This record gives sequence, structure tokens and C-alpha cells, in this order.
Amino acid sequence: MSPVAVAIVETASQENLETAAEVLVLEDLLVEEISIDGMCGVY
Amino acid sequence: MTLTLSSACALHPQVALRPEPFGALAYHYGNRRLVFLKHPDVVRVVRELGQHPSVGHTLRACGIATERHASFLQALNQLTKSEILRVC
Amino acid sequence: MSASQLVTQLKRGLDAPICLTWELTYACNLQCVHCLSSSGQRDDRELSTQQAFAVLDELRDLQVFYINIGGGEPMIRRDFFDIIEYSIANDIGVKFSTNGAFIDEKNARRLAAMDYLDIQISLDGIDAITNDPVRGEGSYNIARRAMDNLKAANFGPFKISVVVTRHNVDQLDEFKALADSYGAQLRITRLRPSGRGVDSWNDLHPTNEQQVQIYNWLLAHGENVLTGDSFFHLNALGEALPGLNMCGAGRVVCLIDPIGDVYACPFVLHDQFKAGNVHDTGGFTSVWRDSELFTSLREPESAGACASCGNYDSCQGGCMAAKFFTGLPLDGPDPECVLGHGADLVEARQASPVSITPKPSKDHSKPARSALSVVS
Repeated sequence: MSPVAVAIVETASQENLETAAEVLVLEDLLVEEISIDGMCGVY
Repeated sequence: MTLTLSSACALHPQVALRPEPFGALAYHYGNRRLVFLKHPDVVRVVRELGQHPSVGHTLRACGIATERHASFLQALNQLTKSEILRVC
Repeated sequence: MSASQLVTQLKRGLDAPICLTWELTYACNLQCVHCLSSSGQRDDRELSTQQAFAVLDELRDLQVFYINIGGGEPMIRRDFFDIIEYSIANDIGVKFSTNGAFIDEKNARRLAAMDYLDIQISLDGIDAITNDPVRGEGSYNIARRAMDNLKAANFGPFKISVVVTRHNVDQLDEFKALADSYGAQLRITRLRPSGRGVDSWNDLHPTNEQQVQIYNWLLAHGENVLTGDSFFHLNALGEALPGLNMCGAGRVVCLIDPIGDVYACPFVLHDQFKAGNVHDTGGFTSVWRDSELFTSLREPESAGACASCGNYDSCQGGCMAAKFFTGLPLDGPDPECVLGHGADLVEARQASPVSITPKPSKDHSKPARSALSVVS
């Protein structure tokens, strides 16, 4: 499963964000799923 | 089905949340899905969903501003699809 | 792009691994020529049952969601069921990798009765003629019998785990059909020059044309086939394969070996990638959070010699273990770089009379049989 193409809210604090609109742009992106089988390698 | 502000839902009983600096990891022991919750506010909302009658009540109780509700609803819908949340 | 922001976050490391690999024993009934841990004989220093429980207590407190158990053959340990039952009882899911020798009808039923357990049966050929030269005589039948037993016990969708080599790469469709016939899931992973693979990699690793073949096959079937995200070096060929596309070593995954040594990943069992031991002060938690090695692996890496290529964002320079054990610099191309940047370097190294390729730090291989046949 590929990472869901929803964006991410970085951990940067919201004080950095000038307007509510900018908050909303970033917040398209609150969750993301990855495959749990990934990166774990035994043969 | 799509969640609305009047839907009631809660964390799936087989899901564990692990706090991380960016928010939390959610793992579903049943379907083995791993989901990143990328903002502490989402983590708070997800934890509290089961204690309120609806999504809208939860968002208000957690102090999430109205203009953020749409994006939270989208995130919660995503979590419902992954079965991290279940509709009550 | 959003995915790369997540990757950036993950590269800085997490408070605890997402999952980790734990090799329970170096003992094995087989002697696969590509064994990543050079297993065969038990090590006297292997963790006791109580020590294993103590590690699991720590992993529970760290909220590690699940562990990959391997070896050696993990089911050889007499306390195998004690360990996995203790793990699951502590909310640590278990996925274990086995050659199947100990999955008889009785054990299959016992395994089928457990929750939060996944099983991977290793199989490296669709028939004994392809499989047994790599995994040992009789190993094909052993694996198939284990699969039959799991199916009869209604275990559910177990996994068939294939290491892709130049000899089985044409069998991917057949592996998929075999998995489907069992209601199982196919998992294919990349061969690394690790463990005994140091000596067999040259003969086994897919050719450059075959790598393109793997890439195209995964693009067509990737949705339903697991890969452990191990083929991200192929992404330089074009569209990204499903998965995270990053090296997780020391950042989101690591390995605990049978004596408790903690390495960055299962494919780098070498002192240079050993971060500590679970017996150290502070235990596994301190090793994960504070070891010098893991801290350095979480710092931003440089594209090095790959910077001028233009594909580094796609392939990430490939696999650290593959580079290390072929003697290539870690900040350069992968030996199987699909654009050919690594193959030349490997060839040059192998041709050089003074080049020394690193050897794995431990070797638990059984004494060679050929030594006996010389006597007779």
C-alpha cells in the first residue's frame, strides 16, 4: 500500500502560521497510512 | 459510508496509540495497519471521540476551531476507512 | 510532496522502533547459501528464556507493536512457544520466519489457535530443482508440508517468503499462483550480500535485465505482494513502487541477535553497525535512543557520489548493507544500481588485488561437509 496522498501537518507550532487559511492548507494532511510490512526484513 | 459532524464513532478496541513527537502512531492489531497521526490535536480528538455523542461534540470539546472542522472530518474519515475508528 | 515529509520525519528516528527483527537463535536445521546471519550452530551465549522475557517487557513498555522473529530456525528453541505466547500476551504482535521443519500437524493447530501471529514460510524456488540448491536438499518438501499443515489447520493467510535470485526471477507468476492456491500472501524480498550471502551473492543476485523484470512485475502486482519495502533501489527506473522508499536502519527498525547484540538492521551483522547489547546499562531502550551509531544514522545523509545522477530522490542511493558487504562506499551507488553506476565499481574492486571486502562479524555455520568427504 502506498502512502496515502494526503499531506502532512508538520510539527511546527501554529504560531508560525500567519493566517487561518494557511492552517487549513496544511491540515488537509492530518493522517497518513503506511504499510506495516515495510522495512522489516527477514528472509 | 462517510462520517459527518453528527456521526458517533470511537477508537477501535484493537487499536493502540503510541505518542511520538509529531503526534502519535496508531496500530490496528487486527488488520495490521499503521497510521501516523500527524498533529497532537488529532491525537486528542481521536482519544476523546468515544466519550462524546458525536464528532461535532468532540471537536468542540477539544477546542478545535470551526474552520478546521472540515479537515478534521477528512482525517477521521480516513481513519474510519483504515478501521482505526469504528462508527458506533 | 507529502510522502517525503513523512520520510524526513522518519529519518530523524522515532522514540521506539516501529517494529524490529529479533533472531532467537543461530541454530538451524538448514544451511542456506544466502543465510543473512550465517546461521547453523547455536551460540552458548544466546539469551535465556528469562532474559528474552525481560527484553519483551522492555519492548512492551516502549509500545513496540510487533516483532519479526527469525534466526536461525526460531522454532528450534524449546521455549519458542513460551516466548511468542509471552510476547502476544504483552500486546507485542509476532511475525516469525521459518523454514517450516517444525510445523507438523500438532504445531500447526497450536499456531492456528493464536491471535496476532503471522507466519512466513521461506521458499526460494517453485520446485525442488530451483529451491534445494539454495536452501538445502529436502527443504522444498519441508516447506510445502508446513504449508499443507497450516492450511489443514485453518491458520488463515500465512505468507510465502521468497528471496529473488537470478534463478527464480522467472517464477514470480508461479509463486503468486502457489500463494493464491493456499489462500496465502506472497512476499518477495531483495537478496543482500549479507552473512553467507557474501560468498553467494555474485552467483545469485539478479542481472540488470532481471532487475527491470522485477520492477515491471512489482508495478503490475505490487498491490497484493509484500516486499518489506526492500526494492526501493529500483525506483530509479521510473514510477515509485509502493512503500516508504527509505532505509529504516537504526531509524525505525533494528535487529536484536540471539546473544542480545543490537544492530542497525538484519542485513548488517558487522561490528561497524553494532549499536550495543540488551544487557548494557539502560538496556535496549538506551541503545535505541542514545547509542552513537543510531544517533549518527538519524542525521541527514549526503547523496555523496550519487548527487550528480539526478535520481537520488527516487532510489536513495539504495541499500546500506548491499554497499557495505560489496566493499562500496556508503555514500555512493548501490552495487545493483539500475543505471549501472554500482556494477562498474564492484567489478573494479573485485579485480583489485588489494581490495578487502568486509566479512560478517560472526559465523555460526556448521563445519563444512566437504571436509569429511575428503577423509572418505
